[in-house]
Amino acid sequence: MNAPVDMDHARIAATTPLDRLDPSNPAIFRDDAWQPYFARLRAEAPVHHCPESMFGPYWSITTYKDIMQCELAHKVLSSDSLHGGISIRDRDKALRLPMFIAMDPPQHDDQRKVVQPIVAPDNLAKMEGIIRARAIEILEGLPRNETFNWVDRVSIELTVSMLATLFDFPQEQRRRLSHWSDCATALPMPGGLIETEDQREAALAEMLGVFTGLWNERVNAAPRPDLISMLAHGAATRNMTPREFMGNLVLLIVGGNDTTRNSISGGVLFLNENPAEYAKLRANPALVETMVPEIIRYQTPLAHMRRTATADFEVGGRTIRAGEKVVMWYISGNRDPAAIEEPDRFLIDRKRPRQHLSFGFGIHRCVGNRLAEMQLKILWEEILQRFPTIEVVGKPQRVYSAFVHGITDLPVRIPG
Amino acid sequence: MPRVTYVEYNGREHGIELEAGLSVMQGAIENNIPGIDADCGGECACATCHVFVPEEWLAKTGTPGEQEASMLGFAATAQPNSRLACQITMSEALDGLVVHMPEAQH
Repeated sequence: MNAPVDMDHARIAATTPLDRLDPSNPAIFRDDAWQPYFARLRAEAPVHHCPESMFGPYWSITTYKDIMQCELAHKVLSSDSLHGGISIRDRDKALRLPMFIAMDPPQHDDQRKVVQPIVAPDNLAKMEGIIRARAIEILEGLPRNETFNWVDRVSIELTVSMLATLFDFPQEQRRRLSHWSDCATALPMPGGLIETEDQREAALAEMLGVFTGLWNERVNAAPRPDLISMLAHGAATRNMTPREFMGNLVLLIVGGNDTTRNSISGGVLFLNENPAEYAKLRANPALVETMVPEIIRYQTPLAHMRRTATADFEVGGRTIRAGEKVVMWYISGNRDPAAIEEPDRFLIDRKRPRQHLSFGFGIHRCVGNRLAEMQLKILWEEILQRFPTIEVVGKPQRVYSAFVHGITDLPVRIPG
Repeated sequence: MPRVTYVEYNGREHGIELEAGLSVMQGAIENNIPGIDADCGGECACATCHVFVPEEWLAKTGTPGEQEASMLGFAATAQPNSRLACQITMSEALDGLVVHMPEAQH
């Protein structure tokens, strides 16, 4: 199922009757063929209803402006896991994972406020040195004149080591974090990372066991500035059920590594696809500042966020009925020419590069956005100090998912 | 034209003239004043144009609306005198307004 099969995406996107067009098919993202589907929807049916898909019926919101309207409508567009949460795929009620991204106010606000000081300006400033030291160590350890997978050696390595620091999790076990992250988001399928929901539950139970040990250690000690201690001592989180603790761990682990991981990989790919931009960057390394948000826009590491209407809701001239599923396609809004000039071009010196949807907007806007940008910025500063070029030497392999827009393999070579 | 002064976290001041009807956020962006990010472009959806309004101006700038208050609730360094600059509309009554920027926008 995960093995690429030849699909003529350009033809399918152009000729499928609108009412049967289904941009949620994960194969579209695995094959990096999503552009024509969303270009057509933005032009012909910007708010679009798909009556049948592997995820059931759903609405697609595809333009920047309509997505912004939905982002601000949290009173009628619920994120609550009771309604299905924040991704297009509904989970069995018994397997539902409460986490603050999948809650509405006031509970969302209360829990989010417990963890957000971890990325407050003073804390970020403290992390800068740690990230730089790790980035240097990782880059210095890379082979020369040899093909290796950038995702594994750099993107995962840097982001999980940062995540281990945020949790004060044993560094030597940091790869367990990316493993649990991948298990949490994988689509169950034969031959996949997980084949059944039971396997996912087993991986998450193992994660919960390890973190419960850390929690027990920290709940009886004085509060410390790590995420587990903050959750154990926070008024809104200290009495969480084990399931809620599990949910919030998934949120922090996935949010804290997978997204930045895929932007780190995407950046290397985009510069290779756009040699003139790579030349511009080498000539003026200060462009890292505006390149970083451009990478995050261009990659859009989470293709969408989902909401569920709790009352009838008007957007783009259509009426969404109470109970219906709404998918805000960030990956489409980030390529909307009505909002972003020449949106399909990767340009590292855009005037307002931070005007993009990748972090979401409104009350659920990404908590770690500035930390993500900082990791990318420091990594690129250090890359430019060392390597005149990083060559992509093979086809990237992509994640089979309509939610995590990611790269699993990026073969590269650094000339020595 | 009414004037507004932006004070960076390091104390550096930037005084500009700002047409009535424009937001204090727009004034900062159009004049390339550092310290205001305005990621959402003025939709009250990101809290990256966070400013502090001195006590003496609070009555004239008014208080945050519901959406603004929600967003400020997630701004790392919010204080009782915090506002989002995109929600303060310039007017003759605000001539001479001073706003202070936080350490960083988040």
